Amino acid sequence: MTKSELFPKMSEAIVAGDREAAAALAGDAVRGGLDLLDVIERGYVPGMQKVGELWEQGEYFLPELISSAEAMKAAMAVIDPELQKRHLGSRMSGRVVIGTVEGDIHDIGKNLVASMLQAGGFEVHDLGADVKLERFIDKAEEVGAGMICLSALLTTTMTNQRRLIGMLDDRGLRAKYKVLVGGAPASRKWAEEIGADGYAENAVAAVKLAKDLAAAK
Amino acid sequence: MIEAKRPKLELLSPAFIDKIVDEGFALLETHGIMVENAEALKLLGDAGARIDKSGPRAYPGRALVEACLATTPASIDLRDRTGARAYTVGGDEVHFDPGSAAVTMLDHATQAERRAATPDVVSFYRLVDTLDNFHFQSTGLIASDVPAAVTDAYRLYLGLILSEKPFVTGTFRVEGFAPMRDMLAAVRGGEDGLRRAPLAIFDACPSPPLKWSNLTAQSLIDAARAGLPSELIAMGMTGATSPATIAGTLVQIVAENLCGLVICQLARRGAPVIFGGSPSSFDMRKGTTPMGAIETMMIDAAYAQIAKSLKLPSHAYMALSDAKVNDPQAGFETALGAAIGALAGVNVISGPGMLDFESCQSLEKLVIDDGICAMVYRLLAGIAQRDEPIALGAFEGFKAGMSFLSHPHTRQWYRKEHLGAGLADRDPYDAWVAAGRTSIVDKAHGDVGRRLEKYAAPPLDAAVRKELDRIMAAYGRSAGVEALPLPKGF
Repeated sequence: MTKSELFPKMSEAIVAGDREAAAALAGDAVRGGLDLLDVIERGYVPGMQKVGELWEQGEYFLPELISSAEAMKAAMAVIDPELQKRHLGSRMSGRVVIGTVEGDIHDIGKNLVASMLQAGGFEVHDLGADVKLERFIDKAEEVGAGMICLSALLTTTMTNQRRLIGMLDDRGLRAKYKVLVGGAPASRKWAEEIGADGYAENAVAAVKLAKDLAAAK
Repeated sequence: MIEAKRPKLELLSPAFIDKIVDEGFALLETHGIMVENAEALKLLGDAGARIDKSGPRAYPGRALVEACLATTPASIDLRDRTGARAYTVGGDEVHFDPGSAAVTMLDHATQAERRAATPDVVSFYRLVDTLDNFHFQSTGLIASDVPAAVTDAYRLYLGLILSEKPFVTGTFRVEGFAPMRDMLAAVRGGEDGLRRAPLAIFDACPSPPLKWSNLTAQSLIDAARAGLPSELIAMGMTGATSPATIAGTLVQIVAENLCGLVICQLARRGAPVIFGGSPSSFDMRKGTTPMGAIETMMIDAAYAQIAKSLKLPSHAYMALSDAKVNDPQAGFETALGAAIGALAGVNVISGPGMLDFESCQSLEKLVIDDGICAMVYRLLAGIAQRDEPIALGAFEGFKAGMSFLSHPHTRQWYRKEHLGAGLADRDPYDAWVAAGRTSIVDKAHGDVGRRLEKYAAPPLDAAVRKELDRIMAAYGRSAGVEALPLPKGF
C-alpha cells in the first residue's frame, strides 16, 4: 500500500476505535520501511484530531473517545519500539505523571485523561488512585517528567491538590513542573486559587491544555 | 368492603429474574470476586468456596450461596431509640430516610454549596426528627470541623442524642465500627438488647466490578456479629464499572450483593442483610453518575424485585436529584424516584434532601421532599371502598343545585381520602401574586425555620447520655482529638 492509501486507513481506524486495524496498519508501515514520524503525523494524528472534533460536536461520547485512544495506543505500541531501533528519537510531546490524590479511590476520570494524553503523544506514568502525594514528586523526579496531573473527585480530597503544590514549593521544585488539576469539584478558579498551572474540564480539553503548556516551555 | 389494592410496579418477568439470578450465581462461581479482607476470605474458604490467594479472589459456589440465603431473615424489625416503635423492613413496607453522607450543604442565603460543620449536622438531625414521612434518620452530613478520623462515629453520636428515629449509617474506617456499636448498645443497655432490637443499619459498598474491600468486608463481619443489619450497596456504573445493559448490570449487582450476604452469614448465621444499591446510568458525556436518570431508577426497581424473589429486604438510593439547587430538575427527579421506588416496594429508600450526585444536603429540599413522600404514601395506600354502597347513600336526597361541601359524607371522609396541599402552591393566580409570588423554596425555608424553632429534644436517660459522651470522647482521644466542637449547651 502506498502512503496515500495507508494514511486515510490509519485515520479511519482511529476514528472507528478499531485497535486491531490500527495496529495492523502500523505493522504494514514498519515493514514497508516508511518514515514513521510521517506515519504518525499524517496517518494517525489526523484521526485523533477528528475524534476530538466529533467529541466537541457532541457526536462522540466517552466509549467512542476511549476506544479511539486505545486504538492510538495499539498503533503506537507497534511504532515506538521501531522508532527507538532506528534511533529516530522520541515522538513524545512530553512526560507526564498522573494519578488520583490520596484518600480518593475514584479513577475513571483520571484513566480517561491518562489514555487521551497517551494518545496525544505524551509518555504517561499513571500512578493509579489513592496516591500518596510524595509519590507524585518522587516519580516525576525519577522519570524526568515535565508535568504532574492531579485528579480528585471529592471536595474532601481536592485540598490535596493544594498540598502537593506546597510540597513542591518546600522542596524547591515548583518551577520544574507544570501542575494540572482536574476532577468534579475542581475548577479554573480553584486552579488559580491554589497556584496550579492549569485546569481542564474533560479529557479532550486536558490534552489541549497539556500540549499548549508543553509548547510554551 | 373491598380493600385497597397495593399499587405495584414490576419491571421483570419471573423468567427474566431467574435468568439474571442464574447468571449472578455463575459469575460468582466461574469468574469469582475479589475479597481484600483476610478474615472474610478465610470464612469463605472454610465454608468450601474455592480461594485464589493471589487475587485474592473467592469463588463461592451456588450451594454455599443458597445455604446462606436460607438463613438470611426475610424481614427485619428496627426499633427506635425508645424501643417502643418498630419498623418492619421487609415485604412491601416502604421507609424513607435522607440521602446519606453528604459532604456539603446547600446554603439557602447564597444558593451555593459549602462544607458542613457541626451546627449544620445538628440542624439536619433536628429537622429530620420533625419530618414524619422520614421514618429513619441517616447520618446524612459529614462535619468538616472534626478530623476525618472520627467523622463516622461523631455523626452517629450527635444523631443519637438529637433524635429517636432509627439510623441508616456506616463506617469510614475499620476502627469506626466498635465505638459506633458501643454507642448503639449503650442506648439498648447492652449488646444483647441491641441484637434483639437493632437501632441502626450499616451500609457497606462493594467496589464495582466484583470486589469487597477490606473496610467494607470488615463492616459486614462486624455488623453481623453485633446483630446489626448490613445494607449491601452495589454501585455499578453502566458501561464504566458494570456492563452497559441494564440486565447486565443487574447480574453484577446480584453477584456482588450475594457475596456480601454470604460473608455476613458466615460471620453469624441469621445475620440481617438488606439487598441494596446505588448503581447509576453512567453519563457518557460528563463521566458522572446520575441518580436522577430514568435508567438508574429502572435498575433500582428491578433489583428490588429480584431481592423480593430471593426473600430479602431491599434498599435503594432514590428520591434524590443531581441538580445543584432546588430547581424543577430537583423536584421531578426526586418525585419520580420516590414514586417508582415506593411502587416497586423498595423497603428502605435513601435519598430525600440530597442534590448533586449524593454529595450535598439541603434543609429546604428535606422539607419539600417530605411532602413528596407524603404524596407517595398516599398513593401506596391506594383506593379503598369506604361506604356500602359506595356512593348511592351519598346521593340519597341529593337535588339539583346542592353540592357535597356540607354533606356529612364529605365531612366523614375528605380528610381520610385527601392529603391537602402541603407546601405546593394551589392559590388562584391573583392570590399568588398578591402573596408575593413566593416560590416553594422560599416557603420551605420558612418552614425549616419554624420546625427548628419548635423542635424539642426527645428525652434521653442521663446515664445513657453520659455513656455516649464517654465513648465519643475516648474514640476522639484515640485519634488525637482532645476537644469536640460541640455547640454551647449541647
